[in-house]
Amino acid sequence: MGIELLIFKSILVLVVFTITLTIAAYSTYGERKIAAFLQDRIGPNRAGPFGIFQPVADGGKMFLKEEIIPADASAFLFVLGPSLAMLTALMTGVVIPWGDTLTLNGVEYSLQITDLNIGVLYIFGVVSFGVYGIMIGGWSSNNKFSLLGAIRASAQMISYELAMGLSIVALIMTTGTLSIKEIVDQQATWHWNILYQPLGFLIFMICAFAECNRAPFDLAECETELVGGYHTEYSSMKLGFYLFAEYINMFISSALMASLYFGGYNFPFMNSLGLDQNMVTILGTVVFFGKVFFFIFFFMWIRWTIPRFRYDQLMRLGWQSLIPLAILNILLTGIFTMREELKNWLFN
Amino acid sequence: MQLTNRSKVVSNKKMSFAEKLYLPAIVKGLAITMSHFFRKPATISYPEEQRYIAPVWRGKHVLKRDANGAENCTACGLCAVACPAEAITMTAAERKPGEEHMYREEKYAAVYEINMLRCIFCGLCEEACPKEAIFLTPELVPSYLNRDEFIYGKDKLVEPIDKRVDITQRQKHLVEKKQ
Repeated sequence: MGIELLIFKSILVLVVFTITLTIAAYSTYGERKIAAFLQDRIGPNRAGPFGIFQPVADGGKMFLKEEIIPADASAFLFVLGPSLAMLTALMTGVVIPWGDTLTLNGVEYSLQITDLNIGVLYIFGVVSFGVYGIMIGGWSSNNKFSLLGAIRASAQMISYELAMGLSIVALIMTTGTLSIKEIVDQQATWHWNILYQPLGFLIFMICAFAECNRAPFDLAECETELVGGYHTEYSSMKLGFYLFAEYINMFISSALMASLYFGGYNFPFMNSLGLDQNMVTILGTVVFFGKVFFFIFFFMWIRWTIPRFRYDQLMRLGWQSLIPLAILNILLTGIFTMREELKNWLFN
Repeated sequence: MQLTNRSKVVSNKKMSFAEKLYLPAIVKGLAITMSHFFRKPATISYPEEQRYIAPVWRGKHVLKRDANGAENCTACGLCAVACPAEAITMTAAERKPGEEHMYREEKYAAVYEINMLRCIFCGLCEEACPKEAIFLTPELVPSYLNRDEFIYGKDKLVEPIDKRVDITQRQKHLVEKKQ
């Protein structure tokens, strides 16, 4: 590995890290603004013009608050919980292809931190790991509400990860690769996977909502039933970490949906514009972030539209609707990809 | 006996598969919230903007003085009797010689207190008053940190001699009756 590549990758890691945190911070602002607009209100407008310094004020507040560790809590695990949640949330950004390749001084640099050939599996592994942050935090608080929240979170994760995995299996069957970069490259210009896997995308999106603990699947932290759910006992920046991790997860899910199903950094007519390769890459990154922002907006739009599921409705939807649908989707995809062989086998 | 025709028959029929997926209902809901996205917000940014207050608005009370600057109130207690919220208390005192410029009649209110937390701003005190001493003004009662501060004494209620409060808008019905 050349020293230039090392420097480039280090810078890229730093940039992705900063962008992720900035977007997560401004998602809180966006969430409040969008909620306000959807409810005929104005939203935060006191900190700076249009309230754009609100996340800074919120972050400062979180840092300055008193840090409380309950007397009956297991102190080590209590601190480990939010740290794990934040760690796993930030780890997923590594395999997302943020753009195509940039050519600088004749050397090609990929705008993806690392192109794992099992990128999809990696994301699944890390995301499943993320539930430990919630479980450890909820359990170590030694509080009934926290424990209930943690139990709900883990039950929900197990139920919806199955359907999510099955919906991805159908996608893998059509693409034939687990590398996210290759999946994105296959969708060049307008051959987006949403056109081939509409049902799979729907299931994946619903499961992504559940995995992020977002409304209507926010049973793990529902204020109306469980005070704050798994983070009831948390204060100060440890609470901030949990809330932040949720927004980072939302950002990464949006990025994943954009790259797996909506062509990632590809956009129609990208090769017929007659532009320099570097320009196309930069434009592609901009388009990619546009897609990501649309999904983040969609996440919020859903949250302020749909009421929370009841626990039995949640389980019924997961096990009785989404998993059968995902299996049906696999079956249909299999029949479609093997249609020639099937025709030969049936009619000869 | 049927009282109204607005009753609805509730059915517990099983949901179809499409309904169990919730998707059509969700799409409908999304359309509703999106239609609100582009509506004008109902918010009034309070300290900068204030909503219109009518000239006959019933707000903070004022105890009036006559043309010579003497207090109109004779502490008859009719306002306190009329008050449905029992917000008004007063103590009467006799006017001493030499105080004619301060009090219009021989009896006056030494203490006159209105508890603004109890007051419902109905204006019955004003209607009951035979001396045209108490009126409600369009001024708002602000909020305080302590409950004591809501009890307004004569220092806050009696109008200053050099800063008379205009209550002609609220006297219109009296003016019309006299003519």
